[in-house]
Amino acid sequence: MGTGTSEELDLGQAPGRPGRAAYDGPLLAVDDLSVTFTRRGRRDVRAVDGVSFAIRPGETVGLVGESGSGKSVTALAVMGLLPRRGVRVGGSVRLEGEELLGASDDRLRDLRGREMAMVFQDPMTSLNPVVSIGVQVTEVLRRHRDMTREQAAVEAASLLRRVGIPDPVRRLKDYPHQLSGGMRQRALIASALACRPRLLICDEPTTALDVTIQAQILDLLRQLVRESGTALLMITHDLGVVAGLCDTVHVMYSGRVVESAPRRPLFGAPRHPYTGGLLASIPRLDAPRGAPLHPIQGSPNDTIPWEGGCAFAPRCEHRVDACTTSAPALEVRGDASVRCWNPLPPPGRAAAAPEEGT
Amino acid sequence: MSESVEQVGELAAAGADPLLRVRGLKVHFPIVKGVIVDRVVGHVRAVDGVDLDVTRGSTYGLVGESGCGKSTLGRAVLRLVEPTAGTVEFDGVDVASLKGEALRRERRRMQMVFQDPMSSLDPRQSVESVLMEPLLAHDVKPEGGVDAHVRRLLDVVGLPGSAAGRYPHEFSGGQRQRIGIARAIALNPDLVIADEPVSALDVSVQAQVVNLLEDLQEQLGLTYVVIAHDLAVVRHVSDTIGVMYLGMLVEEAPSDDLYATPRHPYTISLMSAIPIPDPDVEDRRERILLAGDLPSPANPPSGCRFHTRCPFRQETRCHDEVPALRTLAPGHRVACHWAEDVADGRITPAASAFDAAAIPTDA
Repeated sequence: MGTGTSEELDLGQAPGRPGRAAYDGPLLAVDDLSVTFTRRGRRDVRAVDGVSFAIRPGETVGLVGESGSGKSVTALAVMGLLPRRGVRVGGSVRLEGEELLGASDDRLRDLRGREMAMVFQDPMTSLNPVVSIGVQVTEVLRRHRDMTREQAAVEAASLLRRVGIPDPVRRLKDYPHQLSGGMRQRALIASALACRPRLLICDEPTTALDVTIQAQILDLLRQLVRESGTALLMITHDLGVVAGLCDTVHVMYSGRVVESAPRRPLFGAPRHPYTGGLLASIPRLDAPRGAPLHPIQGSPNDTIPWEGGCAFAPRCEHRVDACTTSAPALEVRGDASVRCWNPLPPPGRAAAAPEEGT
Repeated sequence: MSESVEQVGELAAAGADPLLRVRGLKVHFPIVKGVIVDRVVGHVRAVDGVDLDVTRGSTYGLVGESGCGKSTLGRAVLRLVEPTAGTVEFDGVDVASLKGEALRRERRRMQMVFQDPMSSLDPRQSVESVLMEPLLAHDVKPEGGVDAHVRRLLDVVGLPGSAAGRYPHEFSGGQRQRIGIARAIALNPDLVIADEPVSALDVSVQAQVVNLLEDLQEQLGLTYVVIAHDLAVVRHVSDTIGVMYLGMLVEEAPSDDLYATPRHPYTISLMSAIPIPDPDVEDRRERILLAGDLPSPANPPSGCRFHTRCPFRQETRCHDEVPALRTLAPGHRVACHWAEDVADGRITPAASAFDAAAIPTDA
């Protein structure tokens, strides 16, 4: 790195944020979070069910799952972005010890953008099409850092340059449709980073982008975490992205975490049949060709409620009787926590003898 | 197109029995401006001179980023868009010059599987009706009657017979894609063009559809052209892979060779950008980051179209001389002036413009 980056590093000493040193727990602690969507005349839908995890500064945590697994709803609940009506949120979400669930709207507005920020999947729908990029990036600066229009414009230009947008002064006057997909996503990241948040949540930030642009964005995020100690919550369905980026990975299925592990044990020896099934079903670029893929049977809609068993049981090849009668708990097994009655054997142990615990 | 003429002989020797033979194919879309009188102010060169052969019974994979022209190429082969120039020979017949009834009859042998199974199925048409339509349109009387044929099709793609009376919204994404595939094979075609057949599906379901496509190829002796942006999927299903960039084929190779020895700088960077679900591999890998975005196909760069982003760019030739698609090894064609030097390590990638150190900070 060249000179001058130390300024970026000193996020903790940004002005107006005293009293940091007193707290030494995780930056974000999510405990037993549940989200239930209710609608009159309809069955309640429990999208997130007892999810717990923590993120320390400078750590990258991955939340992996297919569509409908509740990963995005978890992120929205953390940010306090779920609608108030028709949604019941339970459990606790603490940012540096401060409870966010039930915090006032004013307090949340102060925290969002300044202490925590979010990057959404589709940059075209999360940018306002009739407002220039400059206004959208400087808005955050003027709201949270009390900058004047001129100061904010200078800062915004430097932000855009830092995320790799060439000719930032001209780009500030552009509207979202004038930027390419990759540049829009970078502009969105720039506005998320404007106040140097301590927690950044990225919800499928690269899914809509081409792989060469994806590589640029992931590199940018990696650099950000390394240099400024930002805590990153990465939500994705792409196990490849997780493998290169996340320290800890939580795999979600049908609203619950089914496996949590550091990335090496997770990829080296997945314990939950769902994690193992996912890894066996994706073609790998570096694998020898010709071997057939082993898909997981059925579709993510084939679930049974968690109350009566394991939601993954209808699709699971390692199903035992207990799977359809009682719900497994998240138990620590070696490096990982696994929610399964009959987990895959750990490395080095031969064939699947059902483990005790039923 | 002088280089393409030279290569015709070579190609024909390599692919023993090409079912599909594309020569100098161009598709240009006019850019029209004007309020009262339309003026053509330029052309988007979506496909700009592509030559390729697809051997009977094999799978040809086309990869590239969005906007590289791979879908347009697939559509032009079926004449769903009109080619601007070039020939598409299907089993010895030039499809590009066919008209009317002759074209309609030829289309019976070429079918397409679309990306989004929801928008390519009529929500108000039952599955039975979807699968019967191609038979009626081409006046085909299958053995044992139409109903039995529909049941057989559903069985082949792994759906229950009871699916016939249901509507698309009653199915999951993977099942809908199976219906799309059943429709494509209803007329027992020779060639199936699959445009991003799995990218709209959940990860755990993608493998089911990939395996189905492979099984069908074995059972029915189909020839596939699979178009996708996911190189891992394409490599898994294809025998030969063509890599496209801005409307041109930059590299073509048997799929094992392409992974083991990519020769074109674009392919090399593309490979290095694809995440692999293995932390050890990810940590060890050397990434070649490309700078910037895809240039506009309406105003492509001069010379080699990749030179504006190429990490191996040289002072000479790259910016002013269009590289020909040369054969480097049997079946391995590359459009790069410096492919040998890149392969032997005589040219090393320049520090990328997106290199962290190159981004000035405000301090």
